[in-house]
Amino acid sequence: MMLEVERLDAFYGQQQALFDVAFAIEEGHVRTLLGANGAGKTTVLRALCGMVRTGGEIRFDGRRISGWATEDIVRLGIAHVPDGRGTFLRVSVEENLQLGAITRRNRAAIATDIERVFDHFPRLRERRRQQAGTLSGGEQQMLAVGRALMLRPRLMLLDEPSFGLAPLIVEELFEILRQVNREMGVAMLIVEQNAALALDLAEHAYLLETGRVVMDAAAAVIGADESIRRSYLGY
Amino acid sequence: MQLLLQQVMAGLANGAIYAGMALAVVMIFLAIDHLNFAQGEMATFSAYVAWQLIAWGTPYWVAFVATVILSFIGGVVIERILFKPLHNASILANLVAFIALFSILNSLDGYLWDYTIKTFPTPFGTKPMFGSVLIDAHEAGMIAVTGLLLGFLYLFFRGTRLGLAMRAAAHNPESARLVGIRVGWMTALGWGIAAAIGAVAGMLIAPVVFLDPNMMFGVLLYGFAGAVLGGLTSPGGAVLGGFAVGIIENLAGTYIPYVGRDLKLTIALVVIVAVLMVRPAGLFGRSAVSRV
Amino acid sequence: MTTPQNDTVPFPAAAVASAAPRRARPAARHWVLAGVVAVAVVLPFYFHGFVVFQLTQVMIYGLAILGLNLLTGFSGQFSVGHGAFYGLGAYVTAILMQRYGIAYYWTLPAAGGVCFVVGFLFGLPALRLQGLYLALVTFAAAVALPQLLKFHGFEGWTGGVQGIVVDQPDAPAFLPIGADRWLYYFTLAVVLVMFAGAASLVKSRTGRAIMAIRDNPIAAAAMGINAPLYKTLTFGFSALYTGIAGALGALAVQFVAPDSFSLFLSISFLVGLILGGMGSLPGCLFGGLFVLYVPNIAESVSRGLAGAVYGVIMLLVVFAMPSGAAGFTRFAVAYLSRLRNR
Repeated sequence: MMLEVERLDAFYGQQQALFDVAFAIEEGHVRTLLGANGAGKTTVLRALCGMVRTGGEIRFDGRRISGWATEDIVRLGIAHVPDGRGTFLRVSVEENLQLGAITRRNRAAIATDIERVFDHFPRLRERRRQQAGTLSGGEQQMLAVGRALMLRPRLMLLDEPSFGLAPLIVEELFEILRQVNREMGVAMLIVEQNAALALDLAEHAYLLETGRVVMDAAAAVIGADESIRRSYLGY
Repeated sequence: MQLLLQQVMAGLANGAIYAGMALAVVMIFLAIDHLNFAQGEMATFSAYVAWQLIAWGTPYWVAFVATVILSFIGGVVIERILFKPLHNASILANLVAFIALFSILNSLDGYLWDYTIKTFPTPFGTKPMFGSVLIDAHEAGMIAVTGLLLGFLYLFFRGTRLGLAMRAAAHNPESARLVGIRVGWMTALGWGIAAAIGAVAGMLIAPVVFLDPNMMFGVLLYGFAGAVLGGLTSPGGAVLGGFAVGIIENLAGTYIPYVGRDLKLTIALVVIVAVLMVRPAGLFGRSAVSRV
Repeated sequence: MTTPQNDTVPFPAAAVASAAPRRARPAARHWVLAGVVAVAVVLPFYFHGFVVFQLTQVMIYGLAILGLNLLTGFSGQFSVGHGAFYGLGAYVTAILMQRYGIAYYWTLPAAGGVCFVVGFLFGLPALRLQGLYLALVTFAAAVALPQLLKFHGFEGWTGGVQGIVVDQPDAPAFLPIGADRWLYYFTLAVVLVMFAGAASLVKSRTGRAIMAIRDNPIAAAAMGINAPLYKTLTFGFSALYTGIAGALGALAVQFVAPDSFSLFLSISFLVGLILGGMGSLPGCLFGGLFVLYVPNIAESVSRGLAGAVYGVIMLLVVFAMPSGAAGFTRFAVAYLSRLRNR
C-alpha cells in the first residue's frame, strides 16, 4: 500500500472538520473523493499535505508522514493541484513548469518533461513566455496539472480539476489524466463535484459527508446505485 | 545652460548613491515581497563594522569582504530570530518588528561608536574622472559597482533556479511549498542577500556622506522613492529612478527659490507622488495582472 | 505591498452582536464600560497634578490613535503621517488662542474643521495610491510639517522654531477644582463623545459600507457603494479626530513647537495602534499608554541605549500579542469562557 490513512481528524483552529477518516491508495491506482460542498473533501487533501492540524495516522510507503512540513511531504513525490490552482501569477508559463520541477536535478530530463507537458497541452506551448496571470481559468488549470506532472509524482492529489471549465475542456483534461495514469503509473486521488466524470476514471470511490466517510466502495458499485447517486451525487 | 548641465551632473553623482540603495530595495522586495524598512540601519551598522575592522588595521578589501559575509549572516540571523516567529501574524505586526529593528540598530550604533561623525576610506581615490570636476573617481566607482551588482542580481534572479525559487517563495509561499520549496530558508536567504547588498551600499556611501548613526536615513528614503518611481518590480527601473531622484533633488534645490536644504526632501517626494498619480506602478514597473 | 489585512474582528463582531438577540453579552460589556468611566471620573482625586496631566495625555494620545484607527483599521488606508494632523490641530489651537484671543473650547471645532478639510484633500490623491505608495505620501507629509512650520514666510503665524506658548485654560468659576483637573475632565468629556461617535459610525450603514470597501473593493463597487466618496470622507474624519487630539494636546502641554511633531510622533501613533489592536476602540487607549510611558521607561533603563530598549520592549509586546492587546484580550476571554463551559 502506497498511502494509508487511519483515524484521521483535522482541525481549522478549534473547529473539527474531519472525523475518523480512513482510506488507502495503491501504487498506480485512481481513487475519488465525492461529496457535497463543505463535506471536507478539500480538507482531506490539505491534511495529506500537512497544511492543516491533524490527529491520527498518515503513512506513505509505510513511513509516518503526519506532522511533516508540506515541502517535505511534496518531496516524497506527492503533487497537489489545489483548488484555486495556486498558479504563480507573476512569472511565465514556462517558469511555472520549471518551478514544478525545482526539486529535481537532471536538467535534461526536466527540459524533456516540459516539452512533454506542452505536448499534452498545446495551448500552453503557444503561451509559454506569457505571464501566467493573464491565462484563462481553463489554461491555468492545465498549467496547474502540468506543473504537478513536472514533479514526476508517484501520487497526484487533484482538487476539483473540472471547476469552472467548459465541458469540452474538462473531457480533454480527464482524458489526459487517464493517459498519465496509464503510461506513467501515477496514482491519483481526485476530489470532484462532477461525480460522473470522476467515477468513470476512478476504480474506487469514497463518499464524504460532514467530515466522515459514509461510503467506501468500487466506483462501478457507487455509480450503479441509483439511490446513492440521487441523494449524494445529484444525478 | 551651463548651470543646468552642472546641476544635472551633480545630481547624477548623488543619484549613484540613491540608485544603489534603490537597487537594494527592489532586490529585497523581489526576495521577500515587502520592503525592509530597517534596510538603511542594517547598512549603517555594516558600515560601522567595516570602519571598526579598518580601524583595527585590517586592509580595506579584506574588511570589505569580511563585512559583506558578516552582514549576510546577520541578515539570516535577524530573519530567523525576529521575523520567523511573526510569519503568521499580520503585516502590521511585522511592521512593528521592522520599526523595532530600526530603533535597536540606530541606538546601538550611537552607543557603540558614539555620535561623532567619522570619515570612511574609499578604495577608488578622489581624483576627478574624465578630466572634469563634475564626477570623481569614487563616484565613478560607485556607479560601476552599482552596475555590476545589478548585473549579478539580474542574472541570479532571472537565470538561476535558486533565484526563481526565491521569487516564487516570496510571491506565493503556499504554492511554493506545494512544489517542494523550503520557503523558510528562502526567506532567510533573501534577507541575507539583502543585508549583504546593504553592506556594500553602506560602505560605498559612507565616504561621501560621512559615517554617523543617521547616515542612511535620507539616503534610504531617496532610495525608496527611486525604487517606487522606477517601479518596484524592475531593478533597472529602480536604478534609473534613483538617478532621477538625485537629479530632481539637485534641480529643485537650485531652481526653486524657497527651497532650503530641509525642504528638498519634501519636494523630491512630492515629485515622486506626482509621477505615481499618472503611473501608479512606477515608470517601468509591471503591475501584476490578476483576474478578478 | 498590499493594504494591511484586517485584524479588525471587533468591528464586524460589534455589528453582529448588536443585531443578535443575545441578552447576556451586551449587558456585561455595558457594565464594564460603565465601571471604567466611573473609575476615570474618580481617579483625579487620588492623584496630584503631574499624574493627572499624564492621564490626560493618555486619553489624548488614545484619541489621536483612534483617528488613525478610523483610517487604517477601519478603512484599510495606510498612514504613516498622522503626527502631521496632530501638529496641525495643535497649531490651530495655539494660533487662534494666542494671536486672535479665541476661547479654548471654540478652537476644538476649528482644529477639527481645518484638519477635516486637509484630510479630505489628502484623501483625493490617495484614491489612486494603494498601500505602500499611500504610506510614502503620508510619510512625506509627516516629514514636511516640521519644515513648513519652521519656514520663514510663516513665522508671523507659527512663531518659527521657537513655537508658541499656550495659556492654560482655567476651570470655570463655579467649579472649585484646579486647572489640571479641569482639563482632565474636559478632555474626558470630549474623548467620551468622540469615542461614542466612532462606535456608532462603525455600527451604522455607512460604517459597513466603508468596511465593505476595505475588504473587497470590487464587490463593493459592484454593489453600488461610492468608494471614492467614502474613502475621502474617512480620511477627513480620521484627520479630524487626530486634529482635535492635537488641539487638546496643545492645551495640556501649553506649548507648540515644530520639533514636537516629528516623524517619531507619527510612527509612535502607528506602533500604538498596532500594539493596541487594529480596529479596536479600547485598544486605542492601550496604545496611548504605550506611547506615553514606554519611551520614558526605556530611557530610565539605559540612557545610551534608550532606543534599543524601546525596540526590545516593542518586540516583546508584539511577540506576546501579535494581534495587539485587543486581540489578546479576545483570545483570553474566549479561552476562559471555554474553560467555564467544560
